[in-house]
Amino acid sequence: MSEKELGKKLDRCLADSAVKLGAGLGLGIVFSVVFFKRHTWPVAFGLGMGLGMAYTNCQNDLRAPYLIQRNIKVIAKRQ
Amino acid sequence: MLRVCLKGANSAARKCLCGNGVPLHPLQQCRSYTSGGSGSSAGKIVAASVLTVGGGVGGTILYANWDPKFRANVEKSIPYSDQVFGLALGPAAPPPVINKPRKVEPVQISSMSEMWKDSKQPKAKEVEKKAEQPDAEGPPAPAPQETLEEASAQVAQILSAIGEVPSVPAPGTHEAEAVPPPAALKGVPAAAAKCTECEHEPAVKERPEGEVAARLAEQDKAEQDLLTSLSSNLEDALGSTAKVTLQAIGAQEAALQAIAQHTRQLREAMEAEAPPDKKSTQWRVLEDALSERSRSVDEAGAAVLKAKAELDKLRGVIDGAKHLKIAAARPSILAAEENLHSMVVDLDSVVTRVQTAQSEAKIVSQYSELVNEAKAQFQKELNSITPEIQANWKGLRKLTQDDLNSLIAHAHRRIDQMNRELAEQRVREQIHIDSALEQQKLEDKKALEVAVSTALEHNREQMRLEQEKKVEETREVMEAEMRTQLRRQAAAHTDHLRDVLKVQEQELRSEAEEILNSSLMEKETEYRRLTQDQLDSFTLDMNAAYARLKGMEEAIDSHVIAEEEARKAHQLWLSVEALNYTLKTAALNDPTEPLEGAVQAIKESCAEDEFAQALATALPSESLSRGVYSEASLRARFYAIRQLARRVALIDETRNSLYQYFLSYLQAMLLFEKAQEAPPAKLSAEDLDTFKLLSYAAYSLEHGDLELAAKLVNQLKGESRRVAQDWLKEARLTLETKQVVSLLSAYANAVGLGTTMAP
Repeated sequence: MSEKELGKKLDRCLADSAVKLGAGLGLGIVFSVVFFKRHTWPVAFGLGMGLGMAYTNCQNDLRAPYLIQRNIKVIAKRQ
Repeated sequence: MLRVCLKGANSAARKCLCGNGVPLHPLQQCRSYTSGGSGSSAGKIVAASVLTVGGGVGGTILYANWDPKFRANVEKSIPYSDQVFGLALGPAAPPPVINKPRKVEPVQISSMSEMWKDSKQPKAKEVEKKAEQPDAEGPPAPAPQETLEEASAQVAQILSAIGEVPSVPAPGTHEAEAVPPPAALKGVPAAAAKCTECEHEPAVKERPEGEVAARLAEQDKAEQDLLTSLSSNLEDALGSTAKVTLQAIGAQEAALQAIAQHTRQLREAMEAEAPPDKKSTQWRVLEDALSERSRSVDEAGAAVLKAKAELDKLRGVIDGAKHLKIAAARPSILAAEENLHSMVVDLDSVVTRVQTAQSEAKIVSQYSELVNEAKAQFQKELNSITPEIQANWKGLRKLTQDDLNSLIAHAHRRIDQMNRELAEQRVREQIHIDSALEQQKLEDKKALEVAVSTALEHNREQMRLEQEKKVEETREVMEAEMRTQLRRQAAAHTDHLRDVLKVQEQELRSEAEEILNSSLMEKETEYRRLTQDQLDSFTLDMNAAYARLKGMEEAIDSHVIAEEEARKAHQLWLSVEALNYTLKTAALNDPTEPLEGAVQAIKESCAEDEFAQALATALPSESLSRGVYSEASLRARFYAIRQLARRVALIDETRNSLYQYFLSYLQAMLLFEKAQEAPPAKLSAEDLDTFKLLSYAAYSLEHGDLELAAKLVNQLKGESRRVAQDWLKEARLTLETKQVVSLLSAYANAVGLGTTMAP
């Protein structure tokens, strides 16, 4: 049903953002610990990246119906 | 974007407290925060923020002034910015006006002027053409000899005069009209000359038929009179001329004789050496002959003149006769002309003979003169030498020796002189002969010319006479032929009359027969008609009885059919009721059972009914296979849809970022509209707002109008529409099915009503 679609999308968004944020956080911590002498900023950077990616993914997902598709037809040449 | 920038600027301004870089004051440290000079730093911050904001606003205004599109965008997005812009910049410039219609007009005018010029030239060409045609007509116009055509020739000449003037528009034609009068004047004399001729002939042709015979008789009589008078005239003239001419010829002959005699005698006198007394008689005779000759020559000349006068008179008479143009007189005229011609010829020949004789005589006389001269000379010389011997040759015996010697010497001297003179003369002879030859040539040429001309004249006359004779002969032949043709025509006429009479007889006979036949036919048709009438009336009675029988049979049959129809209608109604019942089996949130079975039953029950068949097939396939939702379930579902649609009201193709979603949610939270609002009869533009539409749809749903609700939901746009798509589809299906089913039941009812018979 078309009315349930939005709900589904938002669920996906949340899940995706959770994953991304977690991953970003994780990576940030790793990098902070390993390379950057326990500075805070890689964590923030990772979190921010994760948030950004989640945001963009959500936006694209929500935008998908409005994108204009180009139908590329492949014409096979008869040999 | 602008808002983000502003927010960013504000947040930056706020964050400045932590010491992150503010572009305007890079060197400013947090020291201001720690040192407690918060007031001045706060003031600086406020000043900086104010400056930033003012700069942003000013920049926006300046750019809006330069780019009207940007201005429009800003006015659209930021509320009350249009008023700010209005205050700062003045109202926006209206879009540019289209100039095209103005440019079209001058082109049109020029084309009009061209058209006018073109139309003038064909007009001028037309005038020329018209003038050329009458010009071609002009030369052949004088040929026909009626007065009407003469007038048209005049007109044609006038037109041709106009055509000759170079083609100029209207004002020029006035000048052209002045030119034709001289041309017309030229034309008139030529036309007038012809006119007299043509007037003469119509007067002759237009004699009425009745007077022809009388006229002819008169004409004949007049001709006869004229002929007799003419012939008498001619004869008289001929007679007198002949007499005079003969006289002239006789006189000429006499003159010829006299001249010849005179010449002969002169020659004799020259050559013969007769004794003096005979000489004197000879001379006297000679003188007489000379006088005779001159007299006869004069006489002859006078006679010739008289004869010439008479001949002229005769010629005049003949010409007069010719002018009268009487056919019968022609032979006599011809004969007279011939006589005239012969007389002229004779006269001329005699005159030439006389002239030749005269020239001969002149030669001889010259010769005689010369001889006389020589003799006189000789005598004079002799006398000069021997003066005493003059009268008498007989005194020769008395001459002395000396005298003889001197005489001989003189004679010798004379001989020498003579020889010398002879030699001289011989030399001069040649010259004289040449000059004489030339003179003679000239004279000969002149004589030749004269002779040639006279001979030509005679020849011409001869030929003309011959031609006239021939014409006369052919005319006679033609007359004879015409007479035979006329006789033939008369015979043909009588034959034709006979034929015509025969034909008329035939026609009359056939007419009479026709009349007889037609009357017979009439009587027959009358008899037939009466018998036919009798037959017809009998047939009519029979037909009436038969028709009544048929009617009764048909009534019975129709009863049977009506009952059959009633049964079928009942069946249809039953099956439609079954369909209706299946529609009611919808549970909440579940669709009904598939309608296939009931529809099948309908199709079977009314296989012959096309309308029902068509309606049965018109049901949407999904309702058949899956079933439709009930109105109640749709109503319940609508509220969920409504919530969702409200939430995504701002989202469409242009606005679909996550931020817009947030805004849209915010709007849905903050905006309150009536739960149900009655929809107006006509939707205006502002009614197409999502919230309003949803409230209208809710109202119509609550009042049971699913159709209107579906229509209103159909007006949603963007994401709201997408969200409501499925619901709309289901609503459509339900509505379609309901419509078809209601139609079917109405039809079944109608058929049922139709087939029930009134008791």
